[in-house]
Amino acid sequence: MTVNRPVDWHLLVSQLLNGLQLGLLLFLLASGLTLIFGIMNFINLSHGAFYMVGAFVCATVVQATGSLLTGIVLSLASLLVIGAAVEWLIARKLYQNDHLDHVLVTFGLILVFDTLAHIIWGPAGMVIPLPEILNGQVRVGSFVIPSYRLVIIGNGLMVGVALYILITRSRLGMLIRAGASDRDMVTALGVNIDRLYLVVFAIGAAMAGFAGLLIAPITEASIGMGNEIIIIAFVVVITGGIGSVQGAFYSALIIGILDTLGRSYLDDFLGLFLSNQAAETAAPALSAMMVYILMATILVFRPQGLFSPSGLRK
Amino acid sequence: MFKFLENLPARVYLAVTALLAVAPLLVTLGSQPFYLDLLTRILILAIAAVSLNLIIGFGGMISLGHAAFIGIGAYCVGIPAHYDIFNGFIHLGLAISCSAAFALITGAISLRTHGLYFIMITLAFAQMLYFTFVSLDEYGADDGLIIYQRSDFNGLLNLENPTTLYYTVLVTLLGLLYLMHRLVHARFGRVIIGCKHNEKRMQALGFDTYRYKLTCYVISGTICGIAGFFLGNFTNFISPEMMDWTHSGELIFMIVIGGTAGIFGPVVGTAFFLLLEEMLSGLTQYWQLIFGLVLILLVVFGKGGVHGLLVWADTRQTAQAQPENDS
Amino acid sequence: MKLKMQRPQTGLLAAMMIMLPLSVFADSVKIGFVTTLTTPASVIGEDMRNAVNLAVEHLGGKMAGKEIEVIFEDDGFKPEIGKQKTDKLVKKDDADFVAGFIWSHVLLASSKSVLDSGKFLISSNAGPSQLAGKGCHPNFFSTSWQNDQTPMAMGEVLNEQGIASVYIIAPNYAAGKNMVAGVERTFKGNVVGKDLTKWGKDRQLDFSAELAKAKASGADGLFIFYPGSAGGAFLKQYQQAGLKASLPLYTVFTVDSLSLPKLQAGNIEGVLGSKSTMFWAPDLDNAANKRFVADFKAKHGNYPSFYAAQSYDTIMLINSAVNATGGDLDDQDGLRAAMEKAEFDSIRGRYRYNKNHMPIQNFYLREVVTDAAGNWTTSIVSTVYENHQDSYAGECSL
Repeated sequence: MTVNRPVDWHLLVSQLLNGLQLGLLLFLLASGLTLIFGIMNFINLSHGAFYMVGAFVCATVVQATGSLLTGIVLSLASLLVIGAAVEWLIARKLYQNDHLDHVLVTFGLILVFDTLAHIIWGPAGMVIPLPEILNGQVRVGSFVIPSYRLVIIGNGLMVGVALYILITRSRLGMLIRAGASDRDMVTALGVNIDRLYLVVFAIGAAMAGFAGLLIAPITEASIGMGNEIIIIAFVVVITGGIGSVQGAFYSALIIGILDTLGRSYLDDFLGLFLSNQAAETAAPALSAMMVYILMATILVFRPQGLFSPSGLRK
Repeated sequence: MFKFLENLPARVYLAVTALLAVAPLLVTLGSQPFYLDLLTRILILAIAAVSLNLIIGFGGMISLGHAAFIGIGAYCVGIPAHYDIFNGFIHLGLAISCSAAFALITGAISLRTHGLYFIMITLAFAQMLYFTFVSLDEYGADDGLIIYQRSDFNGLLNLENPTTLYYTVLVTLLGLLYLMHRLVHARFGRVIIGCKHNEKRMQALGFDTYRYKLTCYVISGTICGIAGFFLGNFTNFISPEMMDWTHSGELIFMIVIGGTAGIFGPVVGTAFFLLLEEMLSGLTQYWQLIFGLVLILLVVFGKGGVHGLLVWADTRQTAQAQPENDS
Repeated sequence: MKLKMQRPQTGLLAAMMIMLPLSVFADSVKIGFVTTLTTPASVIGEDMRNAVNLAVEHLGGKMAGKEIEVIFEDDGFKPEIGKQKTDKLVKKDDADFVAGFIWSHVLLASSKSVLDSGKFLISSNAGPSQLAGKGCHPNFFSTSWQNDQTPMAMGEVLNEQGIASVYIIAPNYAAGKNMVAGVERTFKGNVVGKDLTKWGKDRQLDFSAELAKAKASGADGLFIFYPGSAGGAFLKQYQQAGLKASLPLYTVFTVDSLSLPKLQAGNIEGVLGSKSTMFWAPDLDNAANKRFVADFKAKHGNYPSFYAAQSYDTIMLINSAVNATGGDLDDQDGLRAAMEKAEFDSIRGRYRYNKNHMPIQNFYLREVVTDAAGNWTTSIVSTVYENHQDSYAGECSL
């Protein structure tokens, strides 16, 4: 099966776009995680639950009203509220605690959110129906690209740029940057630190929800969908360096593209050294491991990840 | 001689141990063999939890990849059994050496990092092992393998007998707890605990902390491999799912619930975790909602797990008994 | 109220219970049913549970005059939990039959507990080759199929339809590999490409890379296997990639009554007309099936899935055995002999058991159509195999 065919440029470009799309989704999740960890020193496993809730709320609203836009707006609004509530009721009490406590509490939150979703929306999962135009394809020259994939890429880039502007140009962004590198200093400046934490947590939750509602038309809203991706989002955070949004952006793109290219070309590549049978067995295993191998390798040479805000606690 | 019995945690733990020692008798009287299974499972996972607590509670190294060692230990029973090798000494020897080797290699790399980085890199190694076993068709891939016959110790121990298996595990656990006690109170333990609080200072005192921590990690992994050896025998089954990161997470929960400060805490935590799970899952399909809430409440209102709670109750009791000493 | 009136007698009753042999008091037929009731896979488990309850209802709650007691247990999609629950059913509840099992790994992990205890194990779905071949057991029965059979039928369909080359995409786990091996065994054309995607808890649900490869391969057809919600995700992306015209879809265990309503809600028309093979379809023409499908639809509003059909048959198979021994649950040989005959009206029509206790049955080609009420469903096009036996029966020494 693994013939040495010439490089198919069409295929390569579509795979790069697919990788970009995956990377941007990972970035939406990871940027919230890295901020929450970088600023509040809080490990939030339940971030994936926000991703799931975003998808479910959007699906419910779209199915009821038929308007995708209403779905998106209401979904994001509800996540700002849920994110703020989780911060206010639970996370806030635990910032001073051990990381172990964070892991335990947020795992408990995952169970609560997942089971509530099961009770509210049933086990079957929900689709977000797309307008006809988004269910089709776009032709650029001889390229045919599913149009919804372009929507994801466009939105991902848009949020990325908006976040960049927010962090580099606004007062909130300045506080966030300062908070990620030196928390005590921000407090010393007389900033209402509680409110800063609340806002960061809520924004992080909304971004996770946005990622969830973006992916749902491709997959669907389903229980536990966030638990499947949260680990990879953590890999992105770690590889990029905790607390660094910039690092999260680059490592998300690297991981998204590497993962996609691995799935596309690894069997052909291994076929050069191994028998077809062996390549067929090894390729899926190796491509599943690839992001972990990448992370471990980077950590061996840079134990603090690719980009690490200076002065961050270990 | 029984001075240690004056503190409350020690009395409670002794009572738990005594209860565990007579448990098979009670189970037989009640003709409920199922509960012996449940207890055996608790004890096996308690071994794993105690081993994990050595690095987390005392060493401050949070590993999210400890289930990999359970998997290694179990496959060291399952793979030889697949080739009709049932000799328990071979199984156990393999389990110990393979898990020690895995711990040495991954530990040497992982210990270059700290904190969340360490959590994630240990997870990464466990995931790599998981996907490796998923791709091994010879050993059933993700379907796993049935172990048709338990490890055979040349007639010394008949693990097919549930009561024998139970007592073997219990004795192992007690031996392990004694070992932990000695280890933690020896110089080695003090260095490890010192590293948790201030590694730089330990280095300044001239200790090669990296080697101490690596040794600690290897000891922990090896013991967890022994737990895996028992789990494989107990469930008569192996599958890559045993190494899934959620199992590593569950082990962490067990020790947090029990309290990381004591040696015995993880045992209580494991029992609490598994009994609660067993009880709730029998109640409703939506039991995870209650389970999740309990976990949250335990942390928000807890005081260092069960062990912390006992210590707190003990000091309060003592304080009430001797108010004049306080002032 | 009743409880209060009986209270004075309970002491006496208890004393009698201790003195009398237990079997006299076994006035119920206890069936343990292990399935998945949490995680997204619970959509399958709940469908199975609904079918079991419908079967019990159809039997009037009794088998040979004895009360039917079904104990449902959740395996949480994990072999270890499944085994634990099975142990509970065997040791604590003392169930007479342990049935259910969606997943091969859960069934394999649990099988030893049930079979060692001398009870009957009936798979309502999973069909791993181990239990059909070398690991076959006198007390193990299946009301489904062996994994390889359905894709083998699909291979024949591809041959008949003159498909010269296919691209294969399936999840990377044991059943996924079985499906691929099955279709490759009978398909005579060229497999131009094959992708096994990550499966398990963090399974891959975005198939953009694989679809792009399939499209570039120039294959005549696309064969996939994606059970559960992953199937819906795949079909949506297949539609969005606009491949319906150039790359017709052939599936096994992917397009079913669980995924079709959702696909219809999402307006994924690409799935209409796609072909799949199976031992059964909701419109299979026999009296038992008509009653089952009509009553299931009346009660739950949607078509039953094949998982439901197999679970319904599980209860009916047990019923036929219990009736044959006149309700004597200790007559193991009698129960076994009765089950081997499979003398009951199955929703697939009459079938026989092979020596490894896997059904010898027909396999059909099905197509996705719109029914009279406007709902999408699968409908039988033709019969691919008649009385097909699985490939592992030869390895079974029974």
